[in-house]
Formats: sequence, structure tokens, C-alpha cells
Amino acid sequence: MSGVSGSASNRPLSPHLQVYKWGPHMLVSILHRATGDAMALVGVPLLVWWLYAISAGPESYDYFLSWFNFYYIGYIILVGMSFAFFEHMYSGLRHFVLDAGAGYELQTNKMWSVAVPLAAIITTGAMWLYIASKNIL
Amino acid sequence: MGSGTNIGRVRGLGSAQEGAHHWIVQRVTAVSNLLLVLWLVFSLVRLPQYEHGLMVEWLSSPLVAVPMMLMLVSIFWHLRLGLQVLIEDYVPDHGVKFGLFVFLNFFAIGGAALGIFSVAKIAFTGVVE
Repeated sequence: MSGVSGSASNRPLSPHLQVYKWGPHMLVSILHRATGDAMALVGVPLLVWWLYAISAGPESYDYFLSWFNFYYIGYIILVGMSFAFFEHMYSGLRHFVLDAGAGYELQTNKMWSVAVPLAAIITTGAMWLYIASKNIL
Repeated sequence: MGSGTNIGRVRGLGSAQEGAHHWIVQRVTAVSNLLLVLWLVFSLVRLPQYEHGLMVEWLSSPLVAVPMMLMLVSIFWHLRLGLQVLIEDYVPDHGVKFGLFVFLNFFAIGGAALGIFSVAKIAFTGVVE
């Protein structure tokens, strides 16, 4: 049974990131995993803390807000998480198209790989512009 | 079926008889996440302010509490499946992998339970001030 656990094997490993030429397809794939993991490990625990703080009463909610307003750290995280959500959302929609077997032509695939992060940046910007305008007006 | 390389050892055994279910549930929860998280984003952005009293009043409505609970189930299920793939891809040691799967299940079920109970408490007890 030697070499059954992958780490003990002497077989050559498959090539990883460092040998590939960067392209938008690679970027959008990496971003899909990175944004999903960031939301799972940072965004969702914060969402649960927020709900718990509301349920536990005004003092608990004030404590949550004191961390949120600590050097704008809450806004920085929320901007990051909103970008992560829109990036993951558009990238996920791209995956649904690919799951259906469509969009693999080289030019089409490249175009949507470029469009996904651009759409995520534009949507994130539009959302925060709306929030800013709401507070000013 | 050979005995040398990893591919040789599994060739001819057929599929693992699992994986399709993971793949499908990942996509079903992706669709419910799409609907429910977009609902949360639009709802939060449109609220006039975020003081405690208004949050309690807002979350007390069944039309907010129910989608919020459904969203927590959908999100935690989806992230449970996604982080499983992350662990499978980057943790080669079987013992460590098994331990992380146990921890991941505790995190997903515990987090969802805390979130859902918090929403239920707000919805059932309402404004406490």
C-alpha cells in the first residue's frame, strides 16, 4: 500500500499556477474560489455576529457597531465583501452557462472572463454610490 | 487495474458513486443564494438607518425573518460544500482532512443554528426596550 496517501508518493506532481501564462480565464477561476472562501470565513461569521448582536439587545449591538466603526474597519470589510459577493455571483452565473455546455469558444470564453470582474466592480461601485448619496441627500 | 500509479490503481473501478449529489446541491443552493442574498442586499441598502430599534422591528416581520432564516440555511449549506472542495484540493493528509471535515460540519451547523435562533428570538420577542 506504499504511496496510497498522496504525500508519500514519489510520482510527479501535476503542474500548478506558476507554470501557466496568466489570462482572464485563470483570474476569474481563482477569484471565484478566493471570494467564496473569503465570504465563508469572514463575511458569514460577521453576518451571524450581527444577527446575534441584534437579538442580544442594544448594548450588544452597540458593541458590534463600536467594532464596525473602529477606524472604518467595518466599511472596509463590507466594501470587500460586497465586491466578493458580486464577483462570486457573476462568476457563478458564468459557471451555469458553462455547465450547460455553452461558452467554450475561445473568444466568447475570454470575453465573459473579462466581463465578470468588470461587472462586479461596476455593481459594487454603483451600490456604494447609492448608499453614499442616500446619506448625503 | 494496475498497482503502480494513482490512476492505474483506480482505473476500471467505475465511479465513486458519489459526487453528482454534491455537484447538484452546490448548484441548487447557488440559485437559492442568488435570490436570497440579493433580497438581503436590496433590503439593507433601502433601509433608512441601522439603529437597534429599527433592526428589531424590521427582523420581527415574518416577511423578513423567514427569508433571513432560509438564507442562513442556503448560505451555510453552500459554504459547507464549497469549503469541503477547498480542503479536498489542498489537504493531502487523510487524518488532517478528516479532522477538518468534522470541524467544518461543526462550523456550518453551529453557525446556522446560532443565526437562525437569533432571528427567531428577535421575531418572537420583538422590541424589548
